[in-house]
Amino acid sequence: MGSAVEGSEVEMVDFDDAVSVAPNWQLVWWRFKKHRLAFYSGFIVILIVIIAIFPGFFSTQDPNESETRGSFIPPQSIHFWDDGPALFSYAVVGKRNQRTLKMEWVTDENQKVRLKLFGRGYEWQVLGLFKSNIHLLALVNPDTDKPIHLIGTDRLGRDQWSRVLYGTQVSLSIGLLAVFLSTVIGIFLGGISGYFGGILDMVIQRLIELLQSIPPIPIWLALSASLPRDWSVIQGYIAITTILALLTWTGLAREVRGRFLVLREEDFVIAAKMSGCGQMRVVFRHMFPTMSSHIIAAVTLAIPVMIINETFLSFLGLGLRPPAISWGVLLQEASNLQSVALAPWLLLPGVAVIVTVITLNILGDGLRDAADPYH
Amino acid sequence: MLPTRIIDDHSRRSERLVNKNTILSVRDLKTEFVMDEGTAKAVAGVSFDVDRGQVVGIVGESGCGKSVTIKSILGIVQKPGKVVAGEILFRSSPNGEMVDLRSFDDRGKEMRDIRGNEIALIPQEPMAALSPVHTIGNQLVEAVRLHRKISKKEAEKIAIERMRQVGVPDPEDRMDVYSWQLSGGLRQRVMIAMALMCDPRVLIADEPTTAIDVTTQAQILGLLRDLQTMQDLAMIFITHDLGVIAQIADYVVVMYLGKVVEQGPVDDIFHNTCHPYTKALLASIPTIHTVSKEELSTIGGSLPNPFNRPPGCPFYPRCKDFIAGTCDKNPPDLSRISAQHSVSCFLYPENQEVT
Amino acid sequence: MLVFILKRLMMLPLLMFVFSVLAFILIQAPPGDFVTSYVAELAASGSSMDQLQIDALRQLYGLDQPAYAQYFKWVWRMLHGDLGISLDFQKPISELIGQRLLLTVVLGLATLLFTFAIALPIGILSATRQYSFFDYFFTVINYVGVATPTFMTALILMWFAFSKFGITITGLFSPEFANESWSWARAVDLSKHIWLPMIILGLDGTARLARILRANLLDELNKPYMEMARAKGMSEWRLVLKYPVRLALNPLVSSLGWYLPLIFSGSLIVATVLNLPTIGPLLLRSLISQDMFLAGTIVLTYFGLAVIGTLLSDILLAWLDPRIRMEES
Repeated sequence: MGSAVEGSEVEMVDFDDAVSVAPNWQLVWWRFKKHRLAFYSGFIVILIVIIAIFPGFFSTQDPNESETRGSFIPPQSIHFWDDGPALFSYAVVGKRNQRTLKMEWVTDENQKVRLKLFGRGYEWQVLGLFKSNIHLLALVNPDTDKPIHLIGTDRLGRDQWSRVLYGTQVSLSIGLLAVFLSTVIGIFLGGISGYFGGILDMVIQRLIELLQSIPPIPIWLALSASLPRDWSVIQGYIAITTILALLTWTGLAREVRGRFLVLREEDFVIAAKMSGCGQMRVVFRHMFPTMSSHIIAAVTLAIPVMIINETFLSFLGLGLRPPAISWGVLLQEASNLQSVALAPWLLLPGVAVIVTVITLNILGDGLRDAADPYH
Repeated sequence: MLPTRIIDDHSRRSERLVNKNTILSVRDLKTEFVMDEGTAKAVAGVSFDVDRGQVVGIVGESGCGKSVTIKSILGIVQKPGKVVAGEILFRSSPNGEMVDLRSFDDRGKEMRDIRGNEIALIPQEPMAALSPVHTIGNQLVEAVRLHRKISKKEAEKIAIERMRQVGVPDPEDRMDVYSWQLSGGLRQRVMIAMALMCDPRVLIADEPTTAIDVTTQAQILGLLRDLQTMQDLAMIFITHDLGVIAQIADYVVVMYLGKVVEQGPVDDIFHNTCHPYTKALLASIPTIHTVSKEELSTIGGSLPNPFNRPPGCPFYPRCKDFIAGTCDKNPPDLSRISAQHSVSCFLYPENQEVT
Repeated sequence: MLVFILKRLMMLPLLMFVFSVLAFILIQAPPGDFVTSYVAELAASGSSMDQLQIDALRQLYGLDQPAYAQYFKWVWRMLHGDLGISLDFQKPISELIGQRLLLTVVLGLATLLFTFAIALPIGILSATRQYSFFDYFFTVINYVGVATPTFMTALILMWFAFSKFGITITGLFSPEFANESWSWARAVDLSKHIWLPMIILGLDGTARLARILRANLLDELNKPYMEMARAKGMSEWRLVLKYPVRLALNPLVSSLGWYLPLIFSGSLIVATVLNLPTIGPLLLRSLISQDMFLAGTIVLTYFGLAVIGTLLSDILLAWLDPRIRMEES
C-alpha cells in the first residue's frame, strides 16, 4: 500500500535555503535593494561624491577668481535649442542704475555665448596629482565671450557654481573625517567599556553621560573662537574636524558598548572563548562582524549631522574661514539681509546642503533597516 | 432521527441540522495571509462545533493554524491576514438564533460586544498580554467596564471576586500590582480571572499551560476544569500537548497545515486513532512504558513552506502510509468513522462503514 | 519616588563644579585675554597704549594672576551672587544676562510645547495610518525638516518676508516695547513675535520626535497586549489612546534629555540670524572680544540649563514609568 517516505523525496522550491546559506553582507545587500528610495538615494550620493573628488571638472570658473566689476550677476540659464540642438546662453550686460548706483544686469539676447561639453577651460588639479583643463561645460570662444555664471556671482564677482562645487569637496570631506575620527574614538572606548566592564566601564560611562548632557554648540563656539587667527587653512581644517569629533563620539560609543554587553553573553562568543580563542580574536573575528553593518549604518547617518554642524559653525564665522571654501563659508555671504535681498541666489549653497543631507539620511536609514531590521 | 454532529466540508447548510446545545459552529473557515513571498493559507477549510459545557481541544504542531483559527473566530486576525471564506455561527443568547460572526465588521460594535463579553480569550503569553505600565487592577476593571455600565468600585469588587475564584491569594493586595511583579503561575491565573470578568459563555484558551512549569500546569488545568463544570462554560482549548488533551478535552480536533485531519470524541481519538498523523503524534509521546534505550519515534521530515504547499493531502510527504498517485493528487474528502468521529485520509474511503 | 529625586539632586553640585571648571578652561583656551583684544581694537582704530598702561589694566581686572587663582575668585564671587562685571560692556553681568536669560527660557519652553503639541498627533497618526498618504507626506516633510539646518530655514523665511512683504522679522518685540519693563501688553507683544522663532527652532526637533514616536508606536501596535485588549472588546481609538500613547510618552519624556540642550543651543543660531535678545548672540560677541567673565558665565548658564533639563526629564520619566522607579530601588 504505502511506500516509505525516503523513496519519494519531494522537490519543493524552498526559498529559505538560499537565505539560510547566504553570508551576512549578502543578506544585508538584498534587504537594502528592496528599499527603493534608499537605493536611488545611494546613486545621488555617489554622484555627489564624484563631484567632491573632481570638482574642477564640473566647474566653469576658478572659484577664487574674483571680478569686482562682475558682482551679483544673477543666474544665467542654458538653452538647448536653436533651430536644431545647440548649447548656448546669453551674455549679460551691466548698467549702473543712476539712482541707486547699483549695477543692474540685463540679458542681451543678441549676444549668444556658445557652450560645449567636455571643452577646455582654466586649469585645475586632479586630486593634487596632475593638471587638466577639461571641463564638463566650457565656452566655445573663451577669448571673446564673457564667462557664464550658472548660479550667479557673489559680492566679489566670484562664480557661485564653481564655488559650490569646490565647497562640496571641503564640506563632505570634513563631515567624513570628523565622523571617521569620532567613530574610531567611539568604537574604541565603547568597545573596551562594554567588553571589559568593571571600573573601566563605569568611568567611561560617567564620561559619556557628562559629555552627552552638555550642549555641544557653546563648546564648539568657544573652542573655535580659541583658534589663533593666523592659522593656515589646513590647520584650521584639521582643528575644526577634531573639535567636532571630540563631542560626538559618545553616541556611537554608547551603542557599541550596548552591543558588546549583549554579545558578550551570546552563546557563540562563549563558545569561541571556550575553544581557546584569545581576546583579540574573539573581538575581531567573532563579535565585530555582527556589528559591522550596524556600524556602517550609524556612520552614514552621522555624516549629514557633521556636515550641518560644520556648515553653521562656518556660517557664524567660527568654523572655516575664507579663503577656505565650504558651504558654510559660502552661506556666510548670505547672512546679511541686504545682500540676500539683492542677490537671493546666494542662498543656493543651502540647497546643496539640504540635498546632500536628505540623500545621506535616506541612504543611512535604508542601510540601518537592512542591517538590523529588528532594531 | 438523532440530530447529527457530522460536519461535512461539502454539504450545504440546509442539509445540516444544528444541535440545540451547539453554541459555536465553525464551517469551512478559510484565512489567508497575502505577503510579498506569496499567499499563505493559514486556515484552509476548518469545521467543528462546540457545545455548551463541552471542552473542544484543538491539537497540532506549531504553525498548523490553531492560533489563527481562534483569532479568526474572534475577528482579531492581524494584517496582512484576512478571513476569506466560511461561516462562524454563534448562538448569541441561550435560546436565540445562530448569527454568523463574519457578517459583522471586525471593528464594529457588534463584534466588540461579543469579544471579551460572550467569547473570552485566555492568551498564550500572559506576561506579554498584560500592559507593563498599568496595574493588574486597572486592566481587570477595564475588562468588565468595557461591557457593563458599572462604577469603578463595583468593577473592583468583581475583579477581587474573580481573582479569589481562580485561586489568587490576597486578591485585594494584588489590585495595585504590576504584571512583572507576579510569578508565571499567578499571572496565568490573573489572565483567567480577566477572561471571566464578564461571565462569558465561551472560553478560548490559547496554549495556557505552555509558558508555565509542570506542577503549576496541573493546578491550572484543574482550575479550568472546575470552572468549566461549575459555570457550564463551553471551552476551546489549544495545545500541542496530547497529554493535556487527554486530561481536559471532551472532543478533539487534530489540525495539520491549516486543515482538520481528524476529529472526534477524546476516547475515539486516543483508542480508535485513524489518521496516520494522529497515530504518529500519539506514538511520539514518551511514556513510562517506553523501554529505555529505544529510539524516540518521531515524525520524519518537517513542515513544508507555507507558500508552496504540496498538492493533495497536506501530510503525504511525511506519511508512512503514503499512496503514490492518490495522496499527492487531490486532497482527501472527509470520511465518517462514526457518528461523531471523522477523518480526512485516503486510507478511509468516504462513507465507509467502520465499527 | 522621593528618594529617587533626592539622589538625582545630590549629583547637582558635583556636576556644576565639574562644569564650572570646564567652562573656565574653555574661556582661558584662547591665547591672550581681554586686554590683548582690547589693545588690538585700539590699534585698529589708531590709538595705542604703552606697556605700563597695559599692565595696570591687567592688574585692575585681575588678569595678571595665575589661572587657578582667577578661577577660585570667580567661583567664590558667583557663589555669593556676584556674577562680576563685563569687561566689554562695562556693566554688571547679572544685568546683561537677566532679561536675556528670561527670554531664552521662555523661547525654549515655548518651542518645547510647540514640539510636543505637533509631534504627538503626527506620530500617532503616522503610526496608525501607516503607508497612507498622510504617512508618506509627513515622512517627506520629516526628511526635509531634519535636513534643513535651522539657520537656513531662518534665512529663507527672513528673505521671503523681506522681499515679498518688505517686513523684517527680527527681534522679539516691536520697537516700542523693546526696552520697557514688563507689562501685560508687553507679554502680548512677545507672543506675537515669538511664534516664528519658535517654529523655526522647533522644526528640526519636531520632525525627529514625530519619527521616533512613529517608530515606537509601530513597535507597540503589534504587541500581544494590544491584541489582548482587542480581544477584550476595546475599540481601536480607545486602544491607541490608552496603551501605546501611554508608552510612547516614555520616549517623548526621555527625549527631553537631549532635546532641551538642543533647543537652548539651537536658539543660539536662530537668535543670531534673527537678532533676538537672548543669551546666544551675547555669547558669540563675548567670545570674539574675549570678555572672559561674560563668556564664562554664559557657558556655565548653558550647562546649568542642560543639567536642569536632564534632571527634569529623569524625574518625569521615573514618574511615568514605574519600572524605572522600582528598578532603581
